[in-house]
Amino acid sequence: MSELDISKLPKGGKGFVHDFAADQTTFKGVPWGKAMMWIFLLSDTFIFSCFLISLMTARASTTAEWPYPSEVFGLTAFGVEVPLLLIAIMTFVLITSSGTMALAVKYGYERNRKMCAWLILATAIGGLTFVGMQAFEWSKLIFHDGIRPWGNPFGAAQFGSFFFMITGFHGTHVSIGVIFLFIFARKTFRGDFDVGRRGHFTSMKSDYKAIEILGLYWHFVDLVWVFIFAFFYLW
Amino acid sequence: MEQNNKKTATTHSIGIYLWIWGLLFVFSTFSYLVDWYNFQGLLRWSLIIFFMLIKAGLIMSIFMHLYWERWAMVNVLLWPMTAIMVFVGIMTAESQYTFFTRALFFVTGG
Repeated sequence: MSELDISKLPKGGKGFVHDFAADQTTFKGVPWGKAMMWIFLLSDTFIFSCFLISLMTARASTTAEWPYPSEVFGLTAFGVEVPLLLIAIMTFVLITSSGTMALAVKYGYERNRKMCAWLILATAIGGLTFVGMQAFEWSKLIFHDGIRPWGNPFGAAQFGSFFFMITGFHGTHVSIGVIFLFIFARKTFRGDFDVGRRGHFTSMKSDYKAIEILGLYWHFVDLVWVFIFAFFYLW
Repeated sequence: MEQNNKKTATTHSIGIYLWIWGLLFVFSTFSYLVDWYNFQGLLRWSLIIFFMLIKAGLIMSIFMHLYWERWAMVNVLLWPMTAIMVFVGIMTAESQYTFFTRALFFVTGG
């Protein structure tokens, strides 16, 4: 992988054939960690797809009335019933954290250590806010509305199990992402990616490409939320 | 390769990220408004899916840099998605059949 200049390779469809016919790596100019992260995200896509397709199947095959998410997740703000208020705020928080992450990756590649670290920290705080609001949403639904995985007062009994499974699995992804974002913020502030300091768990040297890989994971979490927002909350 | 990675990564100005960020806000607002104005039926579904796909496309192509990746990577990532669409088709047919048998059971009493 020493003197390969990928800008000289054929592009587009010809590049596709060229890369797959190559006797060396297929993904030219892509660090192995990034290729592995993409493949992990692809497998994760299939898991989330299975959840959402199960939701579709359950909802389309039940003869009971499906609870109307707009009302179930509505909140009263200043005496007005606002549909999906908390969910909308959560969506904007997650998109904002995705934006700060994209900028962190950019400043990372420009070797702007401070800016990159602050933006990762901002992303982590955004993610933490999201998880906090989700905890509030769950506690409201469990303690106030009496939604359980086996039944609820609004309609079809399957609703609760799908809600807790899908948003719970997504929330787990966000929580894991937040943990890694805090770790990476610390590593970046300390200058690990400038001096190539070895990682605590991997004992491997790393550079700012690691932030792009972390960014891929974080954008994916945002991407999945786009689909959950559409299929679970809006549909 | 190192040089090249750095070069392609730094050529994106901050403007494009802020633009996409803004667009994601706008389209999220639009999809929220679908619920706010309580659109129903085909209009609701088509608008939800339309805004969802635009947002997903913007995140994947710009934020996740897929637009600047080589085709080998892009094709490996996007083609498997067609399997998901096939699965959606299969399960749509399956759920309609299940609904039919359940409805039949409730009407005839078994």
